[in-house]
Amino acid sequence: MNLLNVTIDGIKIQVPEGTTVLDAARLANVDIPTLCYLKDVNEIGACRMCLVDVGAKALQTACVYPCSEGLNVVTNSPKIRDIRKATLELILSNHDRRCLTCIRNQNCELQALADKLNVREISYDGVPKGLPLDNISKSIVRDNNKCILCRRCIAACNKIQTVGAINVMERGYETIVSTADHRSIADVNCVNCGQCINVCPVGALYEKDNTQVVWDAIKDPDKYVIIQTAPSVRAGIGEEFGYPIGTPVTGKMVGAIKKLGFDKVFDTDTAADLTIMEEGTEFINRLNNNGKLPLITSCSPGWIKFCEHEFPDFIDNLSSCKSPQQMFGALIKSYYAEKNNIDPSKIFVVSVMPCTAKKFESDRDEMEKDVDISITSRELARMIREAGIDFRSVEDAQFDNPLGEATGAGVIFGATGGVMEAALRTVYYILEGKRINELDVKPIRGTQGIKEATIKITGIDVNVCAVSGLGNARKVLNMIKSGEKNYHFIEIMACPGGCVNGGGQPIVPAKIRNRIDVRAERAKALYSEDMRATYRNSDENEFVQKFYKEYAEKPGSHKAHELLHTHYVKRDRYIATK
Amino acid sequence: MCQNCNLDEKEKKLQEVLNKHKDTKGALIPVLHEAQEIYGYLPLSVQEIVANALGLPLSEVYGVVTFYTQFSLYPKGQYKIQVCLGTACYVKGSSSILDELKKQLGIEVGQCTKDGKFSLDACRCVGACGLAPVMMINEDVYGTLVASDVANILKKY
Ligand code: SF4
Ligand code: SF4
Ligand code: SF4
Ligand code: FES
Repeated sequence: MNLLNVTIDGIKIQVPEGTTVLDAARLANVDIPTLCYLKDVNEIGACRMCLVDVGAKALQTACVYPCSEGLNVVTNSPKIRDIRKATLELILSNHDRRCLTCIRNQNCELQALADKLNVREISYDGVPKGLPLDNISKSIVRDNNKCILCRRCIAACNKIQTVGAINVMERGYETIVSTADHRSIADVNCVNCGQCINVCPVGALYEKDNTQVVWDAIKDPDKYVIIQTAPSVRAGIGEEFGYPIGTPVTGKMVGAIKKLGFDKVFDTDTAADLTIMEEGTEFINRLNNNGKLPLITSCSPGWIKFCEHEFPDFIDNLSSCKSPQQMFGALIKSYYAEKNNIDPSKIFVVSVMPCTAKKFESDRDEMEKDVDISITSRELARMIREAGIDFRSVEDAQFDNPLGEATGAGVIFGATGGVMEAALRTVYYILEGKRINELDVKPIRGTQGIKEATIKITGIDVNVCAVSGLGNARKVLNMIKSGEKNYHFIEIMACPGGCVNGGGQPIVPAKIRNRIDVRAERAKALYSEDMRATYRNSDENEFVQKFYKEYAEKPGSHKAHELLHTHYVKRDRYIATK
Repeated sequence: MCQNCNLDEKEKKLQEVLNKHKDTKGALIPVLHEAQEIYGYLPLSVQEIVANALGLPLSEVYGVVTFYTQFSLYPKGQYKIQVCLGTACYVKGSSSILDELKKQLGIEVGQCTKDGKFSLDACRCVGACGLAPVMMINEDVYGTLVASDVANILKKY
């Protein structure tokens, strides 16, 4: 590759051809302010915050301007500073600037920039937008009064997820990020994945906050409040308390939750093991009895809603298994309640998920309130802070038994390919009577959006595929439709990289996202826990074994179906409620 | 607008347009133009048909329709009122004329009264700056307006 010589603020460096001025500056350790730019997501040069002098007539936007041989860049001069400041003041002039009560207070790119550029007064008098809050959705809240029109959310929703629930509407002063017909996000094809939230630099998009509901339940002496935490939460929540990305903090997280006043703290992973038993059995049945193939996983509620809107032809391919979150709730309110003599109507199940779509899922009619309320990793962190707990000094604690002891297979659910790997470990064992060679499933690990493997099981070449990100799901389903691809079993996760990168995970500012692959770092935390686990196969989970022996007979039994399986509905392509 | 065809015929015509453009890239704007010629405006239901046929999100289509002033979400009235918001008219207070019209007709800019009689739009300079502020009702031009003129002018129609 050709190297170019460029000078950034007097620092001479060499960069590969195609490097933008922004990336070159980073290599020279020169910081250029940005606002709309987000690596691999939004590279449109819209906000003009990153203006630099490249010796051309006009200042150029560093985030999209390509380096050329001998380029001499000045990133900071009195003139540039004045222009940047004026641009920022204009953005701030009609911004709802109530930082104190804003969801992104102290974690806001706009706020940080105003501080960095030393903006202390705003010379323009903008008219406040006075737009209504859209908080009807179970998952997503939109506050356009905070929106700075950077369009990152639109890129996430349209380019990466290919859902297209939101776009820019109207023109001029009226320009707004909105839905078709300006409906509530609850009433269109939004799948609640929350990827738009994770890329929003400000407080214009956030999850529906359910923390108060949880506090109220804890306060209620009549309620037996059980909390479950999904695998990815432990891989992400440390970031909220200053740990480096990818630090597993299981022990501290459990310790902190125990101080909040729940009656029991359980691990969703046990339900993930149960999901594998049911889904693995379903797969074997479909394989042996000419059932509908490929079987497609159903753990990701964002993917499920996407399928219902966009690919209703594939609804019969979906596994009928409830997701681990829901299986957990169903299990608690039946088997667990019975064994422990607790009135199921008094049990209140809280789930902590890396996901905003889980809020919608737990509210689906088909789910019969297995889970009473779902909160995100971010909300749990808020509760821990609110309770005055110093997370970093909390002593490590363990999940309560009996639902605390999960296998490594349940843990890796959080990373793309993890469900598939966990399922193959057990399916292979059931059919072959021995453990699978891990090298065979290696190809489905890693953060790529589409991964394939072929594994010989009982003489059949079983083709599997693990997909993450709905844009990739669309690609794969279209290839199946056209006959170009043929699979037996597909794992689909709505969020790129899987749940570790879910829409409910701690928000990573653009500055860091532009530098490191957050998905890979968080996934490492899960795979390291898998390696350390005593048992690494779902079929070895003692609680799950007991559940079948004492209650549900065997995987796929009538009772198991009643409790642990569900169905789906066809939805209109664009509008949720007409 | 095609006054003579009924709804089914309109949809058939739209289908022809869509079939013609289906596989061309960047067909959205030309298709919307032709659709508007057929229907007279672009209600959500028509946008849905277009989005579906071109494999686009409805939000993208709606974004385009609301961005370009030549597209309308509402039918046009028998009498099309256009208020000039060009610089000269604006300086002379055409926005107060617009406000008065909104009040009198009970509609917003871009909309049409329930009885289909009047539709209200803002437009750019009509080249009659000497008469600012100016409005047009179909072909009739009214100049040097003050807000209190509006009621009497509307009565003529
Ligand atoms: S979005 Fe940022 S700048 Fe705006 S009110 Fe919230 S914290 Fe403050
Ligand atoms: S939650 Fe997902 S589908 Fe809904 S608007 Fe955001 S990115 Fe689009
Ligand atoms: S909602 Fe957030 S991400 Fe979307 S345009 Fe507004 S500020 Fe940017
Ligand atoms: S224009 Fe470069 S960051 Fe927005």
